[in-house]
Amino acid sequence: MSQSPNAIRTATKAIAPLSIKGLSVAYQKKPVLRNVSFEVNEGELIGVIGPNGAGKSTLMKAALGLIPSIGGEVLVYGKPYKQQRKMIGYVPQRESVDWDFPTNALDVVLMGRYGHLGWFRRPSAKDKALALECLSKVGMADYAERQISQLSGGQQQRVFLARALAQDAKLYFMDEPFAGVDAATEKAIITLLQELKLQGKTVIVVHHDLATVQDYFDSVLLLNVELQAFGPTEQTFTQEQLQRTYGGRLAFLDRSLQSPSRHDGVGE
Amino acid sequence: MMEQIWSMLSDPNMQWIFLGCTLLGLSSGVIGCFSYLRKQSLMGDTLAHAALPGICIAFMLTGIKSIGLFLIGAGIAGVVATFGIGYITRNSKLKQDAAMGIVLSGFFGLGIVLLTLIQHGDYGNQAGLDKFLFGQAASMIASDVITMTVVCVSLITICTLLFKQFKIISFDPGFARGLGYPVAFLEQLLMLLIVVAVVAGIQAVGVVLVAALLITPAVSARYWTDRLGLMVVLSGIFGAVSGAIGTWISASVSNLPTGPVTVLAATLLFCISILFGPQRGLVAKRLLRQRVKQRFHQDNERLLEGNVKKEAAL
Repeated sequence: MSQSPNAIRTATKAIAPLSIKGLSVAYQKKPVLRNVSFEVNEGELIGVIGPNGAGKSTLMKAALGLIPSIGGEVLVYGKPYKQQRKMIGYVPQRESVDWDFPTNALDVVLMGRYGHLGWFRRPSAKDKALALECLSKVGMADYAERQISQLSGGQQQRVFLARALAQDAKLYFMDEPFAGVDAATEKAIITLLQELKLQGKTVIVVHHDLATVQDYFDSVLLLNVELQAFGPTEQTFTQEQLQRTYGGRLAFLDRSLQSPSRHDGVGE
Repeated sequence: MMEQIWSMLSDPNMQWIFLGCTLLGLSSGVIGCFSYLRKQSLMGDTLAHAALPGICIAFMLTGIKSIGLFLIGAGIAGVVATFGIGYITRNSKLKQDAAMGIVLSGFFGLGIVLLTLIQHGDYGNQAGLDKFLFGQAASMIASDVITMTVVCVSLITICTLLFKQFKIISFDPGFARGLGYPVAFLEQLLMLLIVVAVVAGIQAVGVVLVAALLITPAVSARYWTDRLGLMVVLSGIFGAVSGAIGTWISASVSNLPTGPVTVLAATLLFCISILFGPQRGLVAKRLLRQRVKQRFHQDNERLLEGNVKKEAAL
């Protein structure tokens, strides 16, 4: 082995919170994720960016083992994710559940403790205190007893975040937490992300709003079925890389680059 | 009338049947909550209708009218139907409701054909098989009731022990999977419990209406509370009351079939719930809207008056 600076860095570096090698997923025949490999550093906020249908949520779900992959390996702190579940926190998309379910905010947050409870044990007073603490961290302590359908979209999102906090994980996956939330919630989320980072936790966020990427994330992962680019934000989040990832479908990219003949003709 | 009730309640056989049907309503109500919240209200109906050919085939193969055998036949048919629905949903563009509709009617059609064949064939003692359509609690014998009681108590025990699990797979199965819960297994288990509840209730309530005991109490209970725990308890109580009323009326009034009376009792409870539920009920909603409207107009008038005064002062 040559003693390249890179090799030395790898040797001394702590085990990566998440290491994905050759991950591929296909729905029906069409691959939605092809051969994705990357490794994230501990204590970073990582934004996953890409056009619709690029496989951002799929990447997250496959990494968590929620959907089957057709190939590849996912290691969390050096071990298969199945052995490391307690280290992983997950915030699904808000629309994935029925908010008319008969339960209140505190109860949803308590679900984050279920992974730490035994098969038949009920949440204890300690779990409840912790859940309430998580709710107050997202500014929702006053809504603990509120039936979840009576919360606004942003409040529901914050309840989901509080639930992930209650999981007390080291590596977090968040699927579009900023989608359709009010300014107050956006601010609450970003404060929380910063706090998690300070605690040395790693957060991977599927994100849509390109305007805020540079403010929010240490690293970005550009995805369009295949991994397009991954690295520190200032070096990776460039016009050129975005152009490649989005294939000229970006509104703020130079429109003059698109020739009119590329559009489907109207009539013959 | 009162004499009839007393005579019924003093008959030890009848007491057992009464207890059995109450427990049946209770356990169906409890399990029904989860299938309702998982948006699988129609699943119980499908499984119940699917049970009929299973019962007929069990009888045709053995020629014996044994509840145990019928339960096995109905159980197998229920499992086949569940797999059928799963297979259709996974391998076609059909949604689950369409798949259930197809499986339900197909199995029930087959059941009716087989039932007719049995009644016109040489199967000896086939009398009473038609009771499985609408149920006849009074026809149950001690051993049937004991089987039913044991089944219902086990169902309630399992639901109590796995309440946490059933709750989380009903609310957010994706998150549950992320926690490492065996979601597929729990979903199958819940389905199995529904099959067992349906099959246990068939003799008392009949295949056509047994599903109502799963759906109606759960939906009614939802009108009274926003907490799952309380909803499950209420649903169980509503189911138990329906079962008790159904058995009592059917046994004391000229041998009405139990199923329809039980379901009518459950439906009455539902009507009361949808009208008078504290927050979601129609009356409560109406009153709230009126109050809001009144307050709005009062405030508005005060505002207008204020404006007029201001203008006058100017």
